[in-house]
Amino acid sequence: MVAELLQFLVSGLTVGAVYALVALGFTLIYNASDVVNFAQGEFVMLGGMVTVFATAAGVPLPLAAFLAVLATVAVGLLLHRLAIEPARGASAVTLIIITIGASIFLRGVAQVAFDKRFHQLPGFSGSDPIPLLGAAILPQSFWVLGGAVLIFLGLWLFLERTLAGKAVRATAANRLAARLVGVDTAKVLALSFGVSAGIGAAAGVLVTPITLTSYDVGTLLALKGFAAAMLGGMGSPLGAVVGGLMVGLLEALGAGYVSSAYKDAVAFLVIVAVLFALPQGLFGRSGVERV
Amino acid sequence: MQVPALLRRVLLAGAALALATPAGAQRSGEPIRVGAVLSVTGPASFLGDPEDKTLRLYVNRINGAGGVNGRQLQLTVYDDGGDANRARTFATRLVEDDKVVAMVGGTTTGATLAMRPVFEDARVPFISLAGGVEIVEPPQPYTFKTPHTDRMACEKIFADLRARGLSRVGMISGTDGFGASMRGQCLRVAQAAGVTVVAEESYGPRDSDMTPQLTRIRNAERVEAVVNAGFGQGPAIVTRNHAQLGIRTPLYQSHGVASREFISLATPQAAEGVRLPAAALLVAEQLPEADPQRRVVLDYKTAFEKEFNQPVSTFGGHAYDGLMILVEALKRANSTDGTRLRDAIRATRGFVGTGGVVNMSASDHMGLDLSAFRMVEVRGGDWRLVGN
Repeated sequence: MVAELLQFLVSGLTVGAVYALVALGFTLIYNASDVVNFAQGEFVMLGGMVTVFATAAGVPLPLAAFLAVLATVAVGLLLHRLAIEPARGASAVTLIIITIGASIFLRGVAQVAFDKRFHQLPGFSGSDPIPLLGAAILPQSFWVLGGAVLIFLGLWLFLERTLAGKAVRATAANRLAARLVGVDTAKVLALSFGVSAGIGAAAGVLVTPITLTSYDVGTLLALKGFAAAMLGGMGSPLGAVVGGLMVGLLEALGAGYVSSAYKDAVAFLVIVAVLFALPQGLFGRSGVERV
Repeated sequence: MQVPALLRRVLLAGAALALATPAGAQRSGEPIRVGAVLSVTGPASFLGDPEDKTLRLYVNRINGAGGVNGRQLQLTVYDDGGDANRARTFATRLVEDDKVVAMVGGTTTGATLAMRPVFEDARVPFISLAGGVEIVEPPQPYTFKTPHTDRMACEKIFADLRARGLSRVGMISGTDGFGASMRGQCLRVAQAAGVTVVAEESYGPRDSDMTPQLTRIRNAERVEAVVNAGFGQGPAIVTRNHAQLGIRTPLYQSHGVASREFISLATPQAAEGVRLPAAALLVAEQLPEADPQRRVVLDYKTAFEKEFNQPVSTFGGHAYDGLMILVEALKRANSTDGTRLRDAIRATRGFVGTGGVVNMSASDHMGLDLSAFRMVEVRGGDWRLVGN
């Protein structure tokens, strides 16, 4: 009984941590611009794929992971500079459509630049499962959970303790007011793209040993991450984390205790129910209506 | 306006000739147009990509050796990206614009079924490379297929289970077309094979963790084997999770993952002992000298691996079989007329391909029996032929 529950919980938390990281990426960019960046899943894909191909080329894993994050940040910044920035006067809907285009473009480039196969990475600390109260847990699950916690902490410190982080928060609170007090909101948006890309890439590196990767893994992750962000309340970093973990847990517990045929249905039913009761999501800002 | 009498007669004769030539037939000397719609990209790309490479490689080889009936083959390949709607659009284009005399392709069952009416209406022979049994059952006049069906895979797996004295099975299947179809076939033939399905689970084609499902199967009463119907990365993750949870009952995969890539994705440690039914191609070097398929599969394997520098997969082999069946039928029919070509394909007997020995008939548009499947087991990161 306990073993079973623990197995489901770890499975759910591991997958949920990845959803949470994707949701966090959505949140950061949304806060800076009201744009839902649908290329967020592609950042995860790039993180995994670049690491796979760098290690295959003989680069040691830690360096390959670092390169992957760096390359993805560069892609995120370029995406902002080449696609979002030139359309800065456009409405949020237009910018969202641009990010959908960017997502398709990145997937297409990845097909050509890498290939169309699935790839795997060895677990960072091997792949022998660790027995825990009757459950068998992959060491990589701890890497994912630990890595996610570190990223959350790092992001929290950045937002709370640094001037740049405070500028991000000011922009999220009120863009016009932030601009009036001298915050360069365009730079904040660029920064958000860079940080979101970095978080996505890190998630991709951490999770690839468990989930495998290919050029099109981003689509589903973006969808699940988006659902998580909506559940937690779009715009709330804490909501993103809670939402992500909840979606992951719901899936695992749904598959384990209800039926695997309805596992996605269970997760989405709960999301719909929550949004019905709390339209702003669990931690969303309520009553903010722009006219 | 006065048209000179001679010119008028020539024009009339030309028009009559044009009318007399049946649609789709091409004059000798011109290339024979062969079409293909494959999922070269998208989720089924690991099937479509080797198929595409194989067709191009062998069409070039055949043309280099003088073509068929003194005419060159002209291959037109469209990529449906795994989308059945797009496949149908391309099928119409092949028939109406490219005027192909035959079609070798259709990577997935979904794409094949979407395209089938187009070729049936146009009376253009269509050799599909997809697994689903519904493609040829009941047989359609112009539709054929080369791969084994999922029902045969189920029967082969169940026969192997019974031979090991096992009968209680936990099934886990993907919810994609392949997984759903094979699941249905397995459930259908289970009883006749003396196998009881005691637990049944599913997973989405993009899921990344199947430990909850496998935990349920493990906890089901007296499960003696786990059978996974699915293709893509799902079975690799099921295999990893099966090992992670330390489940000791044997794990069977489907022919859908019969490639070296599966072992590397699942990791050799986790895949150790996994069994699956596969075409002879997978164990080409291990086939006994007397095996009729040995020479064919070795030749194909050598040619493919030399050209593309990547391991051969059975899916490319299906394309090889389809193209060769077509070429032989073209030679026998000595015609590109749809119906005559169809009759020639249907008359294929004793054709030795990578998938098995093909004996077609009016009621069997695939022509393979269970002997075409070989049961293989992963040992030390490679496939080993399990005594037939």
